[in-house]
Amino acid sequence: MKYLLLIYENEKRYEKGYDPMEMAEYQQLGKDFASKILGGHALKPTKTATTVRVRDGKRLTTDGPFGETKEQLGGFYLIDAADLDEAITMAGKIPAARFGSIEVRPIMTFS
Amino acid sequence: MIHLAQIYRADWGRLLAALIRALGDFDVAEEALQEAFAAAVESWKTDPPDNGQGWLYATARHKALDKLRQRSLHAQKMAEYAVETSASGSALGVVDDAEENAVVPEERLRLIFTCCHPALGLEAQVALTLRTLGGLTTEEIARAFLLPTTTMAQRLVRAKAKIREAAVPYAVPTAADLPDRLHGVLSVLYLVFNEGYVASAGESLLRQGLCDEAIRLARVLLPLFTEPSADLEALLALMLLVDARREARVDRDGNIVLLPDQDRSRWDGERIREGLSLLGRALRRGAAGSFAIEASIAAVHAEATSAEQTDWLQIVGLYDRLLALHPSPVVAINRAVAVAMAAGPEAGLVLVEEAAADLADYQPWHATRADLLRRLGRNAEAAESYRHALRLKQNGIERRFLEGRLQALAEESLIRG
Repeated sequence: MKYLLLIYENEKRYEKGYDPMEMAEYQQLGKDFASKILGGHALKPTKTATTVRVRDGKRLTTDGPFGETKEQLGGFYLIDAADLDEAITMAGKIPAARFGSIEVRPIMTFS
Repeated sequence: MIHLAQIYRADWGRLLAALIRALGDFDVAEEALQEAFAAAVESWKTDPPDNGQGWLYATARHKALDKLRQRSLHAQKMAEYAVETSASGSALGVVDDAEENAVVPEERLRLIFTCCHPALGLEAQVALTLRTLGGLTTEEIARAFLLPTTTMAQRLVRAKAKIREAAVPYAVPTAADLPDRLHGVLSVLYLVFNEGYVASAGESLLRQGLCDEAIRLARVLLPLFTEPSADLEALLALMLLVDARREARVDRDGNIVLLPDQDRSRWDGERIREGLSLLGRALRRGAAGSFAIEASIAAVHAEATSAEQTDWLQIVGLYDRLLALHPSPVVAINRAVAVAMAAGPEAGLVLVEEAAADLADYQPWHATRADLLRRLGRNAEAAESYRHALRLKQNGIERRFLEGRLQALAEESLIRG
């Protein structure tokens, strides 16, 4: 089963770049789970985000991310895991899990 | 005639676990097993099988495969998968008793870890555990938790959907996760027990069915671990020692009887013996968690012939340990009650007052404070505290108890006045 691991943390923490130790951790994580990770990226801060919705056929574009919270979506991994436990194991190893939270979402499949 | 109801009680969880394993689908397995039991009611009247469990397993599996075949193309693939794995399905050996005993316990262990998975809400974990391992019907669970059946049904449907959609595994956790996950399972069992022991609302103080169920499930789990779990032993000991007081907790008129006033000859000696022996084993294995401490407190009570003969200082010491482990205002109150028994109501009251800030809406805080004030002869304040407690959420029996105490205070002041 494929899962998206959504990384939420306070983006102020890495405003001025990541701490090198933490970067090294991310690199190690990439190696440890190389066979499981299908893709993933860090995202530019939410001030660069645009939210799009269509209501009554009209497109509404607003500045900023969806929902204002203390933690922001900062990046994601797309992984292929045997089950939820394996996905949770990897989520728990993402450094940001210590400062923010990781949302684990199964990927929908269409047959 | 095999007693179908008996098989239902004893083997529902085991059969369901085996079916889920063979079919890979929670819902279909459950529905099919339900139907197999329904079919047995008629069929066994004229043609009782030699092996009821085997008949039920085979019938349910057959029905389940039919259901899967009837589904979409995608589902049909699953049916094929199930047929392919039917070799392992029959190796589950419900027909063969020896094999069954060797393989199936593992299935139930997997099932309880699925039901108590932290990815499910706690309420869903409780409901799912009672439904799948306990074999309680949705109506029974709803009644036990005083919820409409539709609400409980929805809760179960949502939980099963999450298991399916998010691929919550049907497996015993890895060694690294096991302690945490086992603690989750034990917490669910204890929650079920407590819900039965102190019903949070309603007229009956004990919803005994839930206590029995929690104890039964703990007993089922105990032999399933290759390495005995000291925490599980401690929890089972705790439940047995507390449940032993069942008969003495309520008098003939259904009124509450507090621990010091209970007729200890009505305590269940069998449960106490079993509880003490389990606790001894757990402690020798190094159990030191909250279940072990709480069980030790219950054991001190169980070993005393009266409230006066109770080693209250030891109980205070155990509450100290519990408080250090899990600081909580509720534990602080229980400790205060023990201090009041050991050193007098004055000392207890000081501690209760200290805990005040967090517990303005906690009924036992007001009830405890009221009782200590009453024992100190401060009747007007006691009455005020009883009245406050009565305004908060509680079950009918607790209400009657507090009303009775309030009434007694009023009568006393009339006599004095």
